[in-house]
Amino acid sequence: MAPNWCGCGVASANSAKLSTNGLKLSSNRFNFSKPYPRRAYRVTAYYGLTTPPYELDALEPYMSKRTVEIHWGKHHNEHVEKLNRHLKTSAFYGHTLEEMVKATYNNGSPLVEFNDASSVWSHDFFWESMQPKGGSMPTGGVLDQIEKDFGSFTNFKDEFTFASLSLFGPGWVWLYLKRNEKKLAVAPTQNAISPLVWGDIPIIGLDMWEHAYYLDYKDDRSAYVNNFLDHLVSWHSVMVRMMRAEAFVNLGEPKIPVA
Amino acid sequence: MALKSVFSRKTLAPALRHYRSVTTFTLPDLPYDYGALEPAISGEIMRLHHQKHHQTYVTNYNKALEQLDAAVSKGDAKGVVQLQSALKFNGGGHVNHSIFWQNLKPISEGGGEPPHGVLGWAIDKDFGSLEALVKKINSEGAALQGSGWVWLALDKEQKILKVETTPNQDPLVTKGASLVPLLGIDVWEHAYYLQYKNVRPDYLTNIWKVINWKYASEVYEKESA
Repeated sequence: MAPNWCGCGVASANSAKLSTNGLKLSSNRFNFSKPYPRRAYRVTAYYGLTTPPYELDALEPYMSKRTVEIHWGKHHNEHVEKLNRHLKTSAFYGHTLEEMVKATYNNGSPLVEFNDASSVWSHDFFWESMQPKGGSMPTGGVLDQIEKDFGSFTNFKDEFTFASLSLFGPGWVWLYLKRNEKKLAVAPTQNAISPLVWGDIPIIGLDMWEHAYYLDYKDDRSAYVNNFLDHLVSWHSVMVRMMRAEAFVNLGEPKIPVA
Repeated sequence: MALKSVFSRKTLAPALRHYRSVTTFTLPDLPYDYGALEPAISGEIMRLHHQKHHQTYVTNYNKALEQLDAAVSKGDAKGVVQLQSALKFNGGGHVNHSIFWQNLKPISEGGGEPPHGVLGWAIDKDFGSLEALVKKINSEGAALQGSGWVWLALDKEQKILKVETTPNQDPLVTKGASLVPLLGIDVWEHAYYLQYKNVRPDYLTNIWKVINWKYASEVYEKESA
């Protein structure tokens, strides 16, 4: 529960429960009760629609401007708006998005906020998993780690593709870092689930809902996935995410060449 | 006994063991042209939906059935159980879409004409009016997260009409063994995206113009007898 430290009144039906000093706060409207002589302002902060780090037509011809406009401007935006509507009355107001995803997943019995919170997080992650003139191959430490954990880069691509085509119904495919095993792995997830819910660190996310590819590829999912891997995936983002992940997961000593 | 003599003939035995083969399924033909449901559903969507999506469910269902047959014959319990999700998904996809094609009809052939007779009265009894039913189906269909179907169902046991949703390609029976599908509306994105994009509510509003209430009435009268 978001603590009411600012001392301001809370415009929600939960205000009676959130009162920390036993005084009865009014259950609706902005009613500030007496022990708070200062003028208390209610500060609220909701989520915004983050812009992809490239122009909407920059991923052509592998992802059309039309698809990005609708996918980002309508689907992703709708999730942001629905999440904010939930947050007006949700106990999870004040959580970071990652915390909210894990908490609202509720170990498999997701709460009402989960779908929108997780979709917002995953779509932000998705746009940043791609870049214009992406694809080809990673280099350096990322390539080393992939070769270590998958055998070869081609094996990784095959596993990723197989996972994406194995989905029954809408979902996502992830390259993620397992905290406990300290290795990279690929997994498909259903609907809005992401590796955040089981505590691992996502590195690449690919949206396999039909709205992500239908306008450009119709039912040809393998063309969509192949183009993603060959031309869109941002190995730069992967490198940055791996660097961040290594602050939490010890992947061993770096390979420093010996003179 | 006749049986004993048959089984003692070693030459016949191998043939007898393989006499049973898997009944496979084929893609049913549409009872109308791809473009016949326009402007409610575009010809492009109907063609892709039928020739690609439904065909894939049929193909994969047949594959899963062959694998199931092999696993059953070998007594491979783990294999049999592992195939269940593929069977439910692809078999369900085939079952659901086969019903769906019957649920639609071109306007020129009576699509969209409201139900009369017994089903009409049942709708008024259980939902108040046809408008109320349509509103309920549309709101449940629009609210469905992800992919799935929204159904008008007859509960044979309770003798009442119900609106149900199922996720992905789960057939209606997964919601209740006594439920009979009268109408099913596919709310997977492939069913409307090329035409309606993300505006699923518009698809749901427009599909009623081509809904085949005659088929629903026939099923209702047969199953509630």
